[in-house]
Amino acid sequence: MTRFLIPLGVFVALAFVLAFGVRHSTQNGTIKSPLIGKPVPDFSLPKLEDPKSLVSASDLKGHWYLINVWGVWCATCHEEHPWLMEYQKQGVLPIIGVDWNDQDADARQFLSQQGNPYTHVITDHDGRTAINLGVYAAPESFLVNPAGVVVYKCTGALTKEVWEQEIVPLVHGMAGSGVLCRG
Amino acid sequence: MSTLNVIRAVAFLLLLLAPAAAVYAIDPATLPDPKLEARYLALTHEFRCVTCQNTTIADSQVELAGQLRRQVREMLMAGKSDQQIRDYMTARYGDFILFRPRFAARTAWLWFAPGVMLIIGVLVAVRIVRQRTALVADDNEPIEEDLRT
Repeated sequence: MTRFLIPLGVFVALAFVLAFGVRHSTQNGTIKSPLIGKPVPDFSLPKLEDPKSLVSASDLKGHWYLINVWGVWCATCHEEHPWLMEYQKQGVLPIIGVDWNDQDADARQFLSQQGNPYTHVITDHDGRTAINLGVYAAPESFLVNPAGVVVYKCTGALTKEVWEQEIVPLVHGMAGSGVLCRG
Repeated sequence: MSTLNVIRAVAFLLLLLAPAAAVYAIDPATLPDPKLEARYLALTHEFRCVTCQNTTIADSQVELAGQLRRQVREMLMAGKSDQQIRDYMTARYGDFILFRPRFAARTAWLWFAPGVMLIIGVLVAVRIVRQRTALVADDNEPIEEDLRT
């Protein structure tokens, strides 16, 4: 009898290990951000439309805002763009566009053709702010509370579900569902 | 053409190829001090290219990997220690950026599992060998007896 019980036990143990791995694995290769619950890294970047004037993290402190890291070269950002236009119309919170590793002329042309959903567009030419934010793919969005703390991060397009079930409730002081956009 | 000449020609062609490897290296950057250069090479082979996820930043042509290499260079030139650079990276990208996971309670199984597997394997092997030897001992009767029946 033990001849059969031992392999059975081994298989049950293996099933537990695999189940644990599946449940705790990252979703589609998304990396959980160590930034959640921490102050947004300080940045001071030039505006796309007026490179002489800078926007910094301290300028934005005191109210909710959303940082959206994007680039004209990024296909998912193009998909996301019409949604951002719609979110902007709702006036829930300012969206700060960080144009990442891009040419200013390309970004200007894109926004003039497709519309500009951003309260400010700031340019990160050398990618230093993106590294400080732990960005590894575009688009990425960071929700920052009035105290300047990152409360939520979305890797990939900010879909309607994420906007309605995470961003908007969090800004209104309610809990988000927490499962839609990992990282 | 004699054999010697062929060998010479092939050797010459191979020599021509040698510098190409250096020219087409993904990361052309070098640091002034050989000690820093060695640490730079070691560190860039330790960090994962977070965009491509299965290569190191030393082997990736992705723009972000280049910017992360620049960060490593700058921190080395500024006199930061290897550990400070590792901490800088994990503070931004988490443990995932480390190709060699750190030893912690959460990752202990990663380090112990191979040893545990080896012990189980050895125990199983010993058991099988013992059983086989026991079988051989039982089967020591002369073969002629089998033939007679």
